[in-house]
Amino acid sequence: MAEILFFIFAAVAVGAAVGVVVSRSPVASLLFMVTTLASTAGIFVLLEAHFLAALQIMVYAGAIMVLFLFVIMLLNLGHEYQRDIRGNVAVIMGFAVTGLMGGLLVRQLGGGTAGLETNLGPGDAIDAALLEYGAVGAIARPLFTDYVVPFELTGILLLVAIVGALVLAKKAS
Amino acid sequence: MDPIAGVPLLVSTSLKIAIMFGVVMLTVAYTTLAERRISAFIQDRLGPNRVGPFGLLQPIADGLKNLIKEEADPGTASKFYFLLGPVLAMGPALVTFAVVPFAAPLPTPWGVVDMIIADVPIGILYILALSSLAVYGIVIGGWASNNKYAFLGALRASAQMVSYEVPLGLSLIVVFMMAGNVTLTGIVWEQQQLGFWFAFPLSLGFILFVVSAFAETNRLPFDMSEAESELITGFHTEYSAMKFSMFFIAEYAHMLTASALMATLFFGGWDLPGTWDNAYWYQGELIRGFDASGAPMAAAPAVWKTLLTFAAFAAKTGFFLLLYIWVRWTVPRFRYDQVMELGWKVMLPTALAYLMVVSATILVLDQVGISGFYFGLALTGVSAICTVAFVFFLDRGRIMVGAAAPRHGRVGPRPTFGRGAMSSEGATTGD
Repeated sequence: MAEILFFIFAAVAVGAAVGVVVSRSPVASLLFMVTTLASTAGIFVLLEAHFLAALQIMVYAGAIMVLFLFVIMLLNLGHEYQRDIRGNVAVIMGFAVTGLMGGLLVRQLGGGTAGLETNLGPGDAIDAALLEYGAVGAIARPLFTDYVVPFELTGILLLVAIVGALVLAKKAS
Repeated sequence: MDPIAGVPLLVSTSLKIAIMFGVVMLTVAYTTLAERRISAFIQDRLGPNRVGPFGLLQPIADGLKNLIKEEADPGTASKFYFLLGPVLAMGPALVTFAVVPFAAPLPTPWGVVDMIIADVPIGILYILALSSLAVYGIVIGGWASNNKYAFLGALRASAQMVSYEVPLGLSLIVVFMMAGNVTLTGIVWEQQQLGFWFAFPLSLGFILFVVSAFAETNRLPFDMSEAESELITGFHTEYSAMKFSMFFIAEYAHMLTASALMATLFFGGWDLPGTWDNAYWYQGELIRGFDASGAPMAAAPAVWKTLLTFAAFAAKTGFFLLLYIWVRWTVPRFRYDQVMELGWKVMLPTALAYLMVVSATILVLDQVGISGFYFGLALTGVSAICTVAFVFFLDRGRIMVGAAAPRHGRVGPRPTFGRGAMSSEGATTGD
């Protein structure tokens, strides 16, 4: 059951990701992006990472993409169907980079998924953590104990970005 | 008693989904009738009373009319997105009810059935996630209509819903801190254990939640996205027949979910006073509570308890639906800039400050070693002081009077919320 669901979500995620790139309308691209995010959230649920799935939907699909949509509509880009990439050099570069990344993926995964499975932690540990601390606690506990310094540093980084945006947006007086 | 499992679990869950879907749709239909009858009562009219006794068949007549009515789609609208709008609005509105517990567990010959469709470990975060998607329906619908009024309504809706999600989430964090859990069953259980419904120890959180929920559901006084006097009907100006109905159903389903959340998070959900109805799955056992030595006491689920607690849940939810309707026909609409200032300059700082106060109080009480009844009592006192201070701060002729009556007899800059806490240069820093 979980495997069937995984392949459905994976297919939708990849298909929608292609849709983001190929669709001409920015609004269509954005909706494809939301579909990709939602499918990834579904895969998170299959991995018992419920909290991550909820955050994915809440923060990315529900807030950031809404802001994107807001900007697209404010700038009235929704009805334009022009190509962003102009010139043959850019097109060739795009194909080259995509091909390189595809080749890397094939090289990594070409020998089957046997190597990947051993890298995954045992599912029992996740189940035990979920049972003991709950869906939120299982993530919050390492975040505020083992990884508290990187976590706080990320917070400061975001704060710097916010202050920078405020300074840029503020009118010179 | 063991939890239900196997094929009976599948059957019972399917039955619960079917029944709850029916109940939600029926409640939505009759909330529209209640809205019309109550608005008529408030405005000294009769309201719809022709179809059936007391107009009780009016929602069915409305539905039938909207189904067979001709769809008038604007020629300049993009067809696909125009249809996608109502679909995206209605989908999230209908699935959010899945994680709300609506009664005490029901004993059956096959095992104990939880009266909740899906007790997912993230509980209320699931509702927050899905309701944050609801804005897409409004925005896509308004944009696809290719109409300036609809577009303005859609933009207002997206800005407003993103703004008020922040205080909504912050007002929920105090509940999570009290309950130590994000599942709604866990939150109900903690309220039963504490002996206080969270509306008392977290009174200011409740007020912030109610205001944010009103804004999130786009109901008056926050219905900026469809302000009739400014935008015709806002984002659904171009919609007719069933597509309009779908927006309508989505709005009322959101109201229903928000009311159920107010009842569950702050008024104990299906809980009734006393410990006779308590039930919670603790280490595989259905328990009623802990005795003096800390040993779990087994719960005794019964059919009459389930029915009675469901009635309690319905009554509490119905009360908040009534509140929604009553406020709509009592309070006038905010101006758009007032909505934004209330959100960012009043609700957000208040929610943050209140969060700090509550967490500090919980920390102190934990350190001193107070728990149980006196823990709730102490928090009730602290919250009451916060609430009084908040109301005192707001009621200084700033909101209700607003721009309509310039103070000091001058027509000056528009009144700002907050004492210059977040005001930029050029705006008045209090007065």
